[in-house]
Amino acid sequence: MNGYQFFVDPSRCIGCKSCMQACAECDSHRGVSMIHVDFLDRANSIATAPTVCMHCETPTCAMVCPADAIKRGEDGIVRSALEPRCIACSNCVLACPFGVPTVHVELELMMKCDMCYDRTSIGLRPMCATVCPSQALTFGPADLIERQRAARPVRDFQFGHEHVRTKVWMMAPTDVRDITVDVADYMWKEQ
Amino acid sequence: MATPPLSVDRLAEVFGPHRNYEPPGGWGDAARRPDALVKTHCSFCGMQCGIQLKVRDNRVVGFEPWEAFPFNHGMLCPKGVKRYLQGAHPDRLLSCLQRTDAGFAKISYERALAETARRLTAIRDQYGPDAIAVYGGASMVTEKAYVLGKFARVALGTKHIDYNGRLCMVSAGTAYKLTFGVDRATNPWPDLATADVVLIAGSNTAECAPITTYHLWQCRERGGRLIVMDPRMTPITRNADLYLPVRPGTDLAVFLAMLHVIVGDGLVRDAFIRDRTTGFEAVRASVAEWTPARAAEISGVRPDDIVKAAHWIGETDRAMGLHARGIEHHSKGVENCLAMLNLFLATGNVGREGAGCMMITGQGNGQGGREHGQKCDQLPGMRDIRDPAARQYIASVWGVPEESLPGPGKSAVEIMEAIHRGEIKALLSMCFNPVVSLPDAAFTREALSKLEFFGIIDFFLCETAHHADIVFAGSLQEEDEGTVCSAEGRVQKINKAVDPPGDARSDALIICDLARALGRGQHFDYPGGTRDIYEELRLASRGGLADYYGITWDRIERELGVFWPCPTLDHPGTPRLFADGRFAHADGKAHMQVTEWRESGDPADATYPILLTTGRVVSHYLSGAQTRRIGPLVDQCPEPRLELHPALAATLGVADGDWLEVTTRRAALVIQAMVVRTIRPDTVFIPYHWPGQRSANRLTHRTLDPRSKIPEFKVSACRLEKVAPPLELSTWRREETGWGAPASGDQRSDLPRSDR
Repeated sequence: MNGYQFFVDPSRCIGCKSCMQACAECDSHRGVSMIHVDFLDRANSIATAPTVCMHCETPTCAMVCPADAIKRGEDGIVRSALEPRCIACSNCVLACPFGVPTVHVELELMMKCDMCYDRTSIGLRPMCATVCPSQALTFGPADLIERQRAARPVRDFQFGHEHVRTKVWMMAPTDVRDITVDVADYMWKEQ
Repeated sequence: MATPPLSVDRLAEVFGPHRNYEPPGGWGDAARRPDALVKTHCSFCGMQCGIQLKVRDNRVVGFEPWEAFPFNHGMLCPKGVKRYLQGAHPDRLLSCLQRTDAGFAKISYERALAETARRLTAIRDQYGPDAIAVYGGASMVTEKAYVLGKFARVALGTKHIDYNGRLCMVSAGTAYKLTFGVDRATNPWPDLATADVVLIAGSNTAECAPITTYHLWQCRERGGRLIVMDPRMTPITRNADLYLPVRPGTDLAVFLAMLHVIVGDGLVRDAFIRDRTTGFEAVRASVAEWTPARAAEISGVRPDDIVKAAHWIGETDRAMGLHARGIEHHSKGVENCLAMLNLFLATGNVGREGAGCMMITGQGNGQGGREHGQKCDQLPGMRDIRDPAARQYIASVWGVPEESLPGPGKSAVEIMEAIHRGEIKALLSMCFNPVVSLPDAAFTREALSKLEFFGIIDFFLCETAHHADIVFAGSLQEEDEGTVCSAEGRVQKINKAVDPPGDARSDALIICDLARALGRGQHFDYPGGTRDIYEELRLASRGGLADYYGITWDRIERELGVFWPCPTLDHPGTPRLFADGRFAHADGKAHMQVTEWRESGDPADATYPILLTTGRVVSHYLSGAQTRRIGPLVDQCPEPRLELHPALAATLGVADGDWLEVTTRRAALVIQAMVVRTIRPDTVFIPYHWPGQRSANRLTHRTLDPRSKIPEFKVSACRLEKVAPPLELSTWRREETGWGAPASGDQRSDLPRSDR
């Protein structure tokens, strides 16, 4: 998996939740999904977006953790909270700029996406990005993405005064267009 | 009379649907350390994605993506991910059942065979062979479809065999045979990525064939443009370059106007028309009056958008069409498809990479399941049952006199109508749940209750099986082996992962044993099992349109699928049809067909002013007999909801989450509203995967396309009224009311849950 990177392109998402269903099949958290898919505004649009952990270079979740339970590995992957240390205080949940961590109250533990390092370490791609039918979630070589995609990968985000750089890349449109989503706007006359 | 022996509530208590959430053995170690990974395919749509099933202790315990399979490269939709939860399911039928006054009683396989043979023989002796009908299904492997067709014609001698593919892509199949001479998508799926323009008409591609989205997005990445034509904005519309919000039932008007523009604006490829087609002059004349303005009045699509779409298709030599049930489920479904094909022929966009027109087959083996003999008008190899040469050849393969082969029989809905009229007295059904999937569900229930004998082969007691006299415990896809043909035309191998549990058997074996019990065993002797059936099928298909003769199981495994036609063992297969310049008609030409506009069979009026259309959601499959038992898929979409536009909602005083009564000329149902701006204001949508009170098909009508015999699911007239929420949601969720014994008078079924 050398040179493979994780890319998220929300514009490709079809909201099928295959990623969530597959995430729940992963060996390290069986039956529970660590990622989610949302309709952004179902009343007005069919647009959906997947959320996986972005694996920040300086993870806010780790910085605000009073128990020092959240570690970023040398591989750049920010792990779920360490079981003996986590006090389930939810500081990380509140602080994460992407809305990723979840505290599992019954386990008194914060768990989140760990980019399937159990799979990538044995040459398998992360479960969500492998199954994703639209490849809104993609795990592959950066040069392939550059060749095959029109959008531009970015990994620098600005939240107010806070700059965040992530391991995961977000595909951003090279030009922004107004998007109208009312069927009536496309129809012939007022019918 | 074949009415349910107990209240449906009580049957549901015993036989489900219950929701399975965990693999056998729970979330423990079993799935982490499987005994084997079996390479096979998903059971849940025409994409037939490659998948590996994890097996431990003869049970499927999970899945692993199969990245090497060239169609889907490991990609799967949620149904594929969770499909493994249908194995080792608590509702799984483990033995044969017989209906008694007290419920369904367990009986031995031998007794089920003997009883079924006795009843069918008696009915045949009394009323003749055509008093018996057979229903098949297009989710079964091709070998089962083949042997079922042979069983109907050779063992029972009835002409009435048809299948649930009649509810799927028969309009497309009829149109492709008329125009191209063969019923198959023209191009392999990766061609989509190489097109400049793709017209997607009447296909909720992202939810019904999710993997296709990948190819469409790749098309866009390299600058291709997508035109989406649908009354709803489905997920595929989020990246459409042109969206045509067609009124349900009016697709034909848009296609005719597009051809009008293509003709009028000089976009016809004259050399292609001259050298490779017939019938164009008549087609050209037929669109003369179809101005975009006229089509706009009918369809609600803007005239300038019709012009734009026509120009995009006409100005490139790399245009592709994709269509599905949205244009096919109509009383003019064949016309819709013919008119769409005409666009691609007129602009010379067929027979090359990035140029062609493809139906998206919906069912697991929608393509293979219709090629080899369970369709009422076809013999194996996609042969016409009326063709004397075809009859002679198949009779010789089967070792029966040609004159003993019945002619064409009734189609699926027509069979149900003949049952209702009392003409057909007995039904044997396999892999079909007509109570949920046929239109006008109350009529279907009434018809089934009139049967003198009803036998079913299935792995769950689906809603239709509530009416059965005898139920055989059949096999899941992963419990048997065989072949399927994907939407692309790729013949693939289904591998057996586990044995059928308990006293359940392979469906094909049950059919052959039943033939023996009927005294026709000499024609159903397959000592090598399904492989022997396939070998006979190869031979039976030889020389037909769907020629599998050169496709062996070994080749399929080695080459990861082979595209038909493949007439010889050294033939490479045919991923792209007509690439040699010849179409499949004897003259080598495509036969362009004139289409005529007509109204749908259930038109709107002052009493029923709104158009109802039905379809699927991503987490369910067809009648839901399987997916309504898979917990995580049910959670993703637990109940149907009615989609309506805020402008319509305002006239009704309805807000999101309110309850509505929907009334059509057949029936009324109560359903919760989902107010969204992603549907036409004159149209409402209900997904059809549920039975009983929640069944969209209570509302639909039985008008058929005169040629394909497909029902008009995609447009019914309705009216809407805001109502109070149901007092008891549990009552609303009941599988059915008004059938079976009253709940208070129930005796307990003699089958405790643990004893199934």
